[in-house]
Amino acid sequence: MTDTGDRPRVSRKVIVAIAAATALAVAAVTALLVNIMERKQEAKNPFFRVVELDDETEDPAVWGKNFPLQYDAYLRTVDQQRTRYGGSEALPQQPSEADPRSIVAQSRLEEDPRLKTMWAGYAFATDFRKKRGHAYMLEDQTHTERVEKFKQPGTCIHCHASVYVAYKKAGGGDLIKGFEHYNQMPYKEARASFTHPIACIDCHDPKTMGLRVTRPGFLEGIKALKASQGVPDYDVNAQATRQEMRSFVCGQCHVEYYFKGDEKRLTYPWAKGLRVDQIADYYDEVGFKDWTHAKTGAPTLKAQHPEFEMWNQGIHSRSGVACADCHMPYTRVGALKISDHHVRSPLLNISNACQTCHKWPESELLARAEAIQGRTVELRNRAMDALVELIADIEAAQQAGADPKALEAARSFQRRGQFYVDFVESENSNGFHAPQEATRILGDAIDYFRKGQVALRPLPARTAAR
Amino acid sequence: MTKGYALGLFAVVLLGAALGLGTYTFAYAKGWSYLTNDAEACANCHVMNDQYAGWTKSSHRSVAVCNDCHVPADLVGKYYTKGRNGFWHSYYFTTGTFPEPIRATATSRKIAEANCRRCHGQVVAAMGTPAHAGSTDISCVRCHGSVGHMELGATNVAQEGSHD
Repeated sequence: MTDTGDRPRVSRKVIVAIAAATALAVAAVTALLVNIMERKQEAKNPFFRVVELDDETEDPAVWGKNFPLQYDAYLRTVDQQRTRYGGSEALPQQPSEADPRSIVAQSRLEEDPRLKTMWAGYAFATDFRKKRGHAYMLEDQTHTERVEKFKQPGTCIHCHASVYVAYKKAGGGDLIKGFEHYNQMPYKEARASFTHPIACIDCHDPKTMGLRVTRPGFLEGIKALKASQGVPDYDVNAQATRQEMRSFVCGQCHVEYYFKGDEKRLTYPWAKGLRVDQIADYYDEVGFKDWTHAKTGAPTLKAQHPEFEMWNQGIHSRSGVACADCHMPYTRVGALKISDHHVRSPLLNISNACQTCHKWPESELLARAEAIQGRTVELRNRAMDALVELIADIEAAQQAGADPKALEAARSFQRRGQFYVDFVESENSNGFHAPQEATRILGDAIDYFRKGQVALRPLPARTAAR
Repeated sequence: MTKGYALGLFAVVLLGAALGLGTYTFAYAKGWSYLTNDAEACANCHVMNDQYAGWTKSSHRSVAVCNDCHVPADLVGKYYTKGRNGFWHSYYFTTGTFPEPIRATATSRKIAEANCRRCHGQVVAAMGTPAHAGSTDISCVRCHGSVGHMELGATNVAQEGSHD
């Protein structure tokens, strides 16, 4: 065929332009096609079973073969990152034979020496550091001076290692028997039976991946709590809803506890309720003390990270928001939606953790959280000052030979108020989990310290006036 | 065969390939479903799974589908919006450059607001106060954000009782 010359000719430039545009469009459509195909594939197979998991598979790396996305995130709990009021910094340390750690978190005792006064005569006054991520729980417990320099029971391991498999083995298949076995052993002896920090099996059923509670402390604690609410024989693994479980598995450890009796049975003091006053009442009733205060002789209590209890008093709990919703928020990986197993402060992950419900800019949400935390920390500082002043007054009154009855009254106010301050101090949200409750607790604490100081006053003028 | 003819042939073949690929992709991506009112079409792509799940449990599930709220009611506006959204969704999901959690754009919010008032106009008019009636500075979903599909966090609560 030859060019006749009388047909309208399309210029070469136009043809080249059309070809280029079409090529680009084809490339874009291909990219879209491939992307859709990938997403469809991902949605088809949420995971691949490459290993068989059973009730004795403790090593999280084995679980990680089936669930690499969750495992990768779990490994990231080694990260040390600060928020304005929480978290910790990675401080270098010269490793020694006693403490081979080359990185540690900063000492809280050095940051706030008032803590030494509060805990005078107790192991916490020797070594107390900022918390680190889940990955460090076993290592940090093994090398803290509280364990190195003091005799601790095997009970401590309950929350610092993956205990399920070892407990069951020691109990001949009975979890509770294994729990009792290790409680009564010295810590250093018990420590040898445990290898991993918290692992998959501590919260997940290996067959169904459903959440389950494996720690005896919580199984018994929640049973006592439910009994106080009129629910007899509560079995958390049979009766809790899925959404409740997304908090209960965390409540296995992030709670207030004590070691009951000579058998050092780990016990969550919930038989009267979860509020600080109910817990303090419980301790008064059973006549428990953690130690005798070195400066005042008061029968003092140490509160321990009561995150679960504090969260229970807050608006997020009231609205059905679980621990995992903020600390392990859903995250999209391709077509999959998974819980982020990099457990951390929501303030380090505001978009996924907060903005799913709160449609405000990140900076606004951060400012709101920091305002709550800042106010709590400020009030906590005032309460600490009040406590230190009461302790000084009791010491002075003791030296001056004050009325034993007045001293006893002041000591009992110290016991109660100090537990209240510690309840907020040791709680890892700086008030955020329940802002009003934290403020109420600190206000009550300051009032107890005031009453303690009043109990020591001779008040001759007032007595005369009456 | 002249050079011009060869070039033309190349362009035509390329156009044909583009048409074929486009048609195949359209079919593979269930493109036709996007022309309907079927709410499931909006969850073809997994990004909308939560919203879809929330809608099936919402107060509006039996009276409104996605399109009733999220595209304009008039035919031209409806398909124009579908076309524009379709293009940008394809673009952002392919490149992966979109922020999460996903947010409605100002235009999308306007469309939804108009649709709230399309059905509930009487109620809004009865409010009578300048702050509400006909005003654009307060939107219905500011307070009623969970009527169409529950807030994403809340869809968990709706699944209570199941142990996965």
